[in-house]
Amino acid sequence: MTVLLWRRIKSGGMTLIMGCFTLAVLVPLALIFIHIIRMGFSSINLDFFLQIPKPPGESGGGMANGMAGSAILIFLSSLLGIPIGIFGAIYLSEYGSGRFSDLIRFSADVLSGIPSIITGMVAYTLLVVPLKGFSALAGAFALALIMVPIVLRTTEEQLKLVPGTLREASLALGVPLWRTTLKVTLRSALTGVMTGILLSIARIAGETAPLLFTALGNQFWSKSLFEPIAAMPLQIFSFAISPYEDWHRLAWAGALVLVTIMFGLSLAARYFGGKKRKS
Amino acid sequence: MLQNQADIAETVRASAARRDRMTAKRFSGDPLFRGLTVMFAFSVLAILLLMVAGMCRESLPAFAKFGWRFIGGREWDAVQGNFGALPFVWGSIISSIFALLLATPLSIGTAVFITEIVPYRLGAVIASLVELLAAIPSVIYGLWGVLIMAPWLQRTIEPYLADHLAFLPFFQGAPYGVSMLAAIFILMIMVVPIITSITKEVILAVPQSQREAAVALGATRWEMIRIAVLPYGKSGILGAVILGLGRAIGETMAVTMVIGNTPQISLSLLAPGYTMPSVIANEFAEASSKLHAAALMEIGLILLVVTLIVNILARLLIWSVTRSEKGGAGR
Repeated sequence: MTVLLWRRIKSGGMTLIMGCFTLAVLVPLALIFIHIIRMGFSSINLDFFLQIPKPPGESGGGMANGMAGSAILIFLSSLLGIPIGIFGAIYLSEYGSGRFSDLIRFSADVLSGIPSIITGMVAYTLLVVPLKGFSALAGAFALALIMVPIVLRTTEEQLKLVPGTLREASLALGVPLWRTTLKVTLRSALTGVMTGILLSIARIAGETAPLLFTALGNQFWSKSLFEPIAAMPLQIFSFAISPYEDWHRLAWAGALVLVTIMFGLSLAARYFGGKKRKS
Repeated sequence: MLQNQADIAETVRASAARRDRMTAKRFSGDPLFRGLTVMFAFSVLAILLLMVAGMCRESLPAFAKFGWRFIGGREWDAVQGNFGALPFVWGSIISSIFALLLATPLSIGTAVFITEIVPYRLGAVIASLVELLAAIPSVIYGLWGVLIMAPWLQRTIEPYLADHLAFLPFFQGAPYGVSMLAAIFILMIMVVPIITSITKEVILAVPQSQREAAVALGATRWEMIRIAVLPYGKSGILGAVILGLGRAIGETMAVTMVIGNTPQISLSLLAPGYTMPSVIANEFAEASSKLHAAALMEIGLILLVVTLIVNILARLLIWSVTRSEKGGAGR
């Protein structure tokens, strides 16, 4: 009897400990959010969206060039990363079988585990050195390298969910395989593919390390894609480690905007994903 | 009659020839499309090979000068052109190992709590909150770490440790705030969501019959978890921890912002340190010489090789558990 009681106490105790662990995990999350929201909202204003950073010592200023730069970088890297991801996934799910496609899947998984600072170094040797300067193009290339495995794997999963009968019906009507793939298979998987793309954009929107020696950052507006360009994460980084109170405030406001954009993207991704499951 | 048959044969032949001509002439997009997809798929592999080859080539000058001594060298002097990676390797190892020691029990406890103990809905809410934590960019962890957490550590925990545990070599010196300890804490917060969400998948893949068998033999809830759930998912959970290790080793921004960036080998966790990704982040854009850049490249190469090994190991382990249930590597 006492043994059973002891076992029950132990079970209850362990439950309590695991509950405390869960709480310990959630507390930093709550703290980070509280601080971002409190510091962010107290620092944000209209100027933040319209002006470029002021030199240290002057208050005010904003991250307009960083926001525009991030948008440009995301757009450019999507141009490269999304086609590679989607067409690669079409190969894996529609044509591929055997060793070669296993090798591609494996490379994609390995690629997604590589620290993002390494992709920055690679983009540096491939683009910054030959072009003789830091540029938006090099930054976008580094971000595209991060995008590819995410888009590839999610698209492949989605294409595999499309029933084979749909493809057969289209082929039986005499539609060539490539048109079937684009107009029937890819189209039926489109919502899921969009989810993957949005998730990959949410991921690269916050990436800093690959931009450090590719896009480099810029205190002003850049005039060409061959120049260094500002990006929000880079600005948050350099302002956060600066000693100036005004720049810290800009960093908090930037963090608030960045987190809001990223959660907006995740919510949109979930919306697409949810719609898919219901239909 | 004969004439007629010959006519028919002629007509058939002609139409067949016409058909052949038509099909031959009609452009078929299939081979082209297939070739296109093969090309894009191959480019993924090509990117990976290009990365490894490029890093090897660029780090060659440093390897030629220092050889294997590079990994064990304690000096990092850009002015003298003397480079050794040991302070960074040391910092990376210490920060990731301690972060994992703290994060592993927290993550496994949380994963068990949300799958086995609380009602399904509450578990799902907590799980999505934890996943939210994983979506925050590392630069924002760094911002929070350097402006909120490090000053807090300097005020509270570090003086306490320095006062009460000063007899240990791990807690020597003045509390700076930015320190190895801050890096360990921020890494812990960052790897917890990864380990938790994969461990959750692994636990969900444990067959219900395992739990029922344990309960039928009279096990309490904790005994059921310890006897039936955790051992079954052992290798998957180990995979999750190793994947967390890969993330911790490669983490750049947050660590760079809180670790203090001082290339020294110190047993004390209160002292500032440096890690492999941090030194690349800080010095690569302004490398003073070819040799300096090559030395940083070689550190990048070490980092690449370590994370490749860690990731492949982790994926194999996770795969071995979740494959039977779900048919794919848990993420």
